[in-house]
Amino acid sequence: MSQPPLLDVRNLQVEFKLKNGTVRAVDNVSFQVNRGEFLSIVGESGCGKSVTALSIMKLLPKRVAEIKADYVKFDGQDITNLSENEMRKIRGRRMSMIFQEPMTSLNPVLTIGDQLTEPLITHLEMSEEEANNRAIELLNMVGIPEPEKRLTQYPHQFSGGMRQRVMIAIGLACEPDLIIADEPTTALDVTIQAQILELLKDICNRLGVAIIMITHNLGVVAAYADKVNVMYAARIVEKGGASEIFGKPSHPYTIGLLRSVPRMDKKRGGRLATIEGLPPNLMAPPSGCRFKPRCPMAADTCDSSPELKERSKGKNHFTACFYSDEANKKGASIYVSDKDKFKPIKVKKDKPVLSVRGLKQHFGVSFRSGWLSSVSGTVKAVDDISFDVYPGETVGLVGESGCGKTSVGRAILHLNLPTGGELKFNEKELNQKSVALVRQDMQVIFQDPFSSLNPRMTIGQILEEPLKVHKIETDEVARLKRVSELLTKVGLYPYMRDRYPHELSGGQRQRVGIARALCMEPKIIICDEPVSALDVSVQAQIINLLEDLQRELGIAYLFIAHDLAVVKHISHKVIVMYLGKVMEIGDSDTIYGEPKHPYTKALLDAAPIPDPNIERGREKIILKGELPSPLNPPKGCVFSSRCNFVTEDCRKASPELVDFDNNHLAACINIEGGK
Amino acid sequence: MSDLGVTKDDNIEKDVTKPSRRTLLDFVRQQPLGSLGIVLIIIMMLGAIFAQHVAPFNPEDVDFEASPAFGGGAPSLAHPLGADAFGRDILSRLIYGARTALSIGFLSAFFGCSIGAIIGTSSAFFGGKVDLLVQRFIDLMLSFPIIVLAIIVIAVFPKSVVLGVDVNVIVAIAIPFIPKTARVIRSQALAVVTLPYVDAARTNGFSSMRIIFRHILPNVTAPFLILITAFIGQAILLEASLSYLGLGVVEPTPSWGLMLSGVNTDYYRTAPWMIIFPGLAVSIAVFSFNLFGDSLRDWLDPKLKL
Repeated sequence: MSQPPLLDVRNLQVEFKLKNGTVRAVDNVSFQVNRGEFLSIVGESGCGKSVTALSIMKLLPKRVAEIKADYVKFDGQDITNLSENEMRKIRGRRMSMIFQEPMTSLNPVLTIGDQLTEPLITHLEMSEEEANNRAIELLNMVGIPEPEKRLTQYPHQFSGGMRQRVMIAIGLACEPDLIIADEPTTALDVTIQAQILELLKDICNRLGVAIIMITHNLGVVAAYADKVNVMYAARIVEKGGASEIFGKPSHPYTIGLLRSVPRMDKKRGGRLATIEGLPPNLMAPPSGCRFKPRCPMAADTCDSSPELKERSKGKNHFTACFYSDEANKKGASIYVSDKDKFKPIKVKKDKPVLSVRGLKQHFGVSFRSGWLSSVSGTVKAVDDISFDVYPGETVGLVGESGCGKTSVGRAILHLNLPTGGELKFNEKELNQKSVALVRQDMQVIFQDPFSSLNPRMTIGQILEEPLKVHKIETDEVARLKRVSELLTKVGLYPYMRDRYPHELSGGQRQRVGIARALCMEPKIIICDEPVSALDVSVQAQIINLLEDLQRELGIAYLFIAHDLAVVKHISHKVIVMYLGKVMEIGDSDTIYGEPKHPYTKALLDAAPIPDPNIERGREKIILKGELPSPLNPPKGCVFSSRCNFVTEDCRKASPELVDFDNNHLAACINIEGGK
Repeated sequence: MSDLGVTKDDNIEKDVTKPSRRTLLDFVRQQPLGSLGIVLIIIMMLGAIFAQHVAPFNPEDVDFEASPAFGGGAPSLAHPLGADAFGRDILSRLIYGARTALSIGFLSAFFGCSIGAIIGTSSAFFGGKVDLLVQRFIDLMLSFPIIVLAIIVIAVFPKSVVLGVDVNVIVAIAIPFIPKTARVIRSQALAVVTLPYVDAARTNGFSSMRIIFRHILPNVTAPFLILITAFIGQAILLEASLSYLGLGVVEPTPSWGLMLSGVNTDYYRTAPWMIIFPGLAVSIAVFSFNLFGDSLRDWLDPKLKL
């Protein structure tokens, strides 16, 4: 007995009419979702995954977007030609949506209660009291403590993770059959991400709600999705069960995507695998197979478009590639591996290039608590941190957002004046005055490639400015040559110096950021989340570039990131931070291989691995709760409020870092008993 | 956006995808209203510069027969826009008046806004105590009515005329614009200061001056241009008020503001042309500067280039 699918999309096509052309953002996409199924749509940014979801909900602006489809059947009813009024009855009531940004998807001037009861009153015509009771029930269901009290609060009184829970509660309010979640965890920390994903999966199992989750992170879906659709340049290139897609991928793009993710369960060393190039511009997509320009298996046949074909009957595994059997058989070996060419970087540990001792960065804050009273306090963003960075070494600094890792970088660069501790650069003391002398040796790469370049300057102007100001290259022709060299070095083309930043893609802009840092030939570069805003395939390119440059120029990196897998791949030494304090510090292999501190363990458990077999098999410690307010940190050990092994003694005194063996330090009094 | 899906193997030296430099024709095509603004501004400027050749009469020639006080002065072939209470040709006075209006309007708005912008960005960049002091001083300045501030300036500084332009009036009008611009620009600059490219400039060891002028100011041009174009209109009106009080341009020098004030307004029932046409001139000037400013802002923003 086969039940008809809950959602059946056949040949969905979405076109945007823009001033300078038409973009087909979704091209002949067909898929089905059954009741209670967890489908994931995976792809890089701009591949049309969000547009697919929005067009099912009919939330696209009618003026510019044209939606065509053979049919989009929801519970047997074709909704392609439904009027706005009829659609409104389905939206929220029978299918609902959760957005990426929990900070902006709740209305800041309405209480959580108002926003939760609104759909109940409009769709289910409940009375206010009934709606209130249901709202409390819903908040309980999504794991928000003290729901009665929380109902009267406003969104700003909730943290990001809590807000996302509220969004899920609103989505669940009318007991819909389908929830579409558009990157629901991208803006959240790993520990919170794990909580939210568990919650979604639980809802899917318990209430039989079908979930479509859109994401760019392959690891996230491995553990949770039943089915996966892989999209590339507006088309579905592969779809099937999660175990097939992750275990036996048969489209070169899927294979490439899977292998370009740095993995926590693999030994580090060598370069990351990448997919060369960039996704095509949808304004003028390549004819034939769209992956052809980047595909290692491309042949003449690929000039015509491959159909999405079932690989073997009844398996429900579809691939749009002429050589899918071959790709399936060969797996990752279709990509030329240059892994062996690159030996891991050896670090000489004689003189540290940067030495940090007892660094403190405290911020005084005061805010209004009543009409006339104000509260003041100190946020210890960085509290007593010490480490060394040697030439050619990469030190990874990890932790959840708000743990003070960025503040460490800013304090070292003297962008904020550190409030305590000692900084030494090349054995010379760094202070407000002497920092001016070593500015050229200490550079920075920022997270956001969109705002880290001055939009009013061309790439050439940006790169030659430091050369000009510091009179390193006074001759204009020589300067131009230098700029061209720099651009080539970071994998761009010299002609790009006449471009403005907005004319480049995110990955290219990040390369310009790296070139700017390089142009002073620095000894150390502080990399503040340099890849977290980039797509997986581009992320791998940038990490490789950073490693190549290190190999060639012997630069040291302080690599600040929240993605543990990336840090594992690139770092020699890792520092784990929590609420301004170091929890654990040690060699990368030691930290990832035998973590001591319960926080490190929890972080490692929360980080997803893109393999459903491993991911489903492993036992996880899921951290409860969220980062406490830095204004009012827990007494004693700062981690005590979330630690699963907490004892009375933990709350008494802040634990010192204890050396375990060979520069592996951890700050926890229960380490032997912790296990 | 251009297609950048190039692989590393393509050894392209020439940038084939970059759009060519934009021409004047592109401006006209993309910014039709702005072009209209420019045309009007150019006409006004040409009129002001070649006033002797364009104007049919000397603006100070009195012809009492044409005065409305004696029943004349209505627009006619001889006086297309009519004549004023002294029988002076309004068209000629408007053309000569464009000199005063444009020079005072443009110069005072430009200087006022530029100084204000520099103060605003510096205040945002240095922050802390500097910001606090500057902002309180600006509060102080803003608490004076514009006209009082202008009167103080004129009273304090000795009168000086350079190239036929009354410097005092320009300074008097420019000074009230400084705190207003500084406020607006500061709020914009505060957002820019926190952006990573400003941090990047600092870590490159650039001087504060360089960061302010090269990295922050260019990124606050949008409100700057809007303010300038809005203040040109205000300046023309302010000049009229000052002139009315006898502090600005003095009769018989033709000035749009003067034409709108004083004895002329007594005639608005019997001789409406006396105020309609100067009013129209002020409106058109303000309108065309605003149009031009809007499209200039769009044109200069590299992000909006197509």
